[in-house]
Amino acid sequence: MICIEVNQLTKQFGRFTAVNNVSFKVEKGEIFGFLGPNGAGKSTTIRMLCGIIRPTSGSASVGGYGIDSFPEDIKRIIGYMSQKFTLYQDLTVEENIDFYSGIHRLPSKLKTERKRWVLKMAGLMGRETTLTRNLSGGWKQRLSLGCAILHQPDILFLDEPTASVDPASRRDFWDLIYDLSDLGTTVFVTSHYMDEVERCHRIAIIYNGKIIASGSPKKLKVQYTGNSESSLEDVFISAIKREKENEK
Amino acid sequence: MLSVIRHIIRKEFIQTFRDKRMLLPLFVAPVLQLILFGFAATTDVKNISIGVLDYDKSRESRALIGNFLNTEAFRLDHNIGSIEQIDDQIQRGDIKVAVVIPSNFEKNLHGGQNTSIQIILDGSDANSATIVLSYIARLLNSHSEKIMTEVLGRNMSGLIKSQERIWYNPDLKSSIYMVPGVICLILLITTLLLTAMAITKEREMGTLETLVVSPIKPWELIIGKTAPFVLIGLVDIVLILLAGKIIFGLPIRGSILFLLGVSLLFIVTTLSIGLFVSTISRTQQQAMTSVLFFLMPAMLLSGIFTPLESMPRVIQHLTLLNPLRYYGKAVRGILLKGNGPEILWPEILALFLFGLVTLGVSSLRFRKHLE
Repeated sequence: MICIEVNQLTKQFGRFTAVNNVSFKVEKGEIFGFLGPNGAGKSTTIRMLCGIIRPTSGSASVGGYGIDSFPEDIKRIIGYMSQKFTLYQDLTVEENIDFYSGIHRLPSKLKTERKRWVLKMAGLMGRETTLTRNLSGGWKQRLSLGCAILHQPDILFLDEPTASVDPASRRDFWDLIYDLSDLGTTVFVTSHYMDEVERCHRIAIIYNGKIIASGSPKKLKVQYTGNSESSLEDVFISAIKREKENEK
Repeated sequence: MLSVIRHIIRKEFIQTFRDKRMLLPLFVAPVLQLILFGFAATTDVKNISIGVLDYDKSRESRALIGNFLNTEAFRLDHNIGSIEQIDDQIQRGDIKVAVVIPSNFEKNLHGGQNTSIQIILDGSDANSATIVLSYIARLLNSHSEKIMTEVLGRNMSGLIKSQERIWYNPDLKSSIYMVPGVICLILLITTLLLTAMAITKEREMGTLETLVVSPIKPWELIIGKTAPFVLIGLVDIVLILLAGKIIFGLPIRGSILFLLGVSLLFIVTTLSIGLFVSTISRTQQQAMTSVLFFLMPAMLLSGIFTPLESMPRVIQHLTLLNPLRYYGKAVRGILLKGNGPEILWPEILALFLFGLVTLGVSSLRFRKHLE
């Protein structure tokens, strides 16, 4: 089942084209990785799909809802974790959880249950009253994720979720993402770390606002380097090279 | 949907009061400002340094000087020997007023002639010079009356005397005049600045984006973010009223409920302006600067501290666009004159319209800005 469908999506800021005629599909339950250097248009794409900004042209649907016509319905079924750490630093762990479950209108019975689940998932049991600003990076990250999935969204958008955490926390974080995907959550994740994108079911490489390659990591390796054992980095470099040749 | 607003309000209160230092600017500063304004920003004539150059050195001249010093208004710090000394002392700011009594002062008086004395004023502070001058004129008037009575040996007749009754503030105490003004200022500053800062803070921290992606509706966000400051503003009003009554004997002649109602109407405008500021500022610092940019003209053109009537005609028309003008008039009217809606309805109507327009414009802009 198609969960996210993007058709010739374009976003221009003035004369600068941040996202250029991008199309792709994401299956339900899939972990879809959006790989690209900084400024390639990853965040802009995610922000359009979440309804934060409007596309200049093209269309997209998320969970069957068109982003232009039903943004409010989309907001109910998605979870979003932005690049910046966006919990309230001056609230405690528990207050942050309560706030986010409050604005997602969780019924009170489910609230307690989900709170316990998030605390356990993030390893923050016993730290409910710690101010969020005093948590270490990895904890903050997991709490952010917890608050983004309190309402059990069908689709999870993660914008560079591991940009500011240490390698061990990154591995833990990806384990959590796998668990979510096993439970049927569709995960759309952007990153510029080759090693972690390797763990996605399918990836798309975006460069200068254009998708220059997409498919499963294995397929891309064969397609671009002829060797299924090579690294994604090689794929990335050769894809960019081909793109530049095509431009000429 | 009310529960969403409740959650935002609760979060806002937790954040505001988490830092105990916030209590100071929110509740102590207003009272402190009131005390400062009430005591220090006074236009009463008190302890004005006066210098006297008495060429006559007669009984009559001393009586006149005594009359000056009998009031609280003047203080004789410097006896002056020559006219050059006056120049010097006013230049240095030792005295604000110099009185020169000519040598034939007593002779002329007793001879039934008119006589004059010279008053030299430091006009660099034009406001207090005017007040001092009129004060001296009154003093001289009553003194000459006394002399006439003595010299002529009979009571005056054929003169028009004014019987003064000053309403609402019989002692013309400036603190009574100031306190309502301070209420206006503090309410304006707290609600406007805090709203602008609170929303800009969300943008700066990146949390606003998370809120946009959540199923919160813009109006829920607006109400949730502003309601706490409405409450804080109203609590501040009550605090200032209490302090004003206890410390300065501020009369509260009108209905407090009516005052709070009118204040609420005014707050709608200030919050909307705060909301607007938040849409044009990316950082809290920018928000603060924009708020100051609005505050200064709003205060100066409000008629709260200077009479509107003395402003140039063009500026007077300009003040019609200042919501503070209407609120200031209403607060003074309610507190000092006991005015009710039957008198203040034009002000209420103006504040209502201001609220409607600013809220409409700001919410539209805010909504658009979120997208």
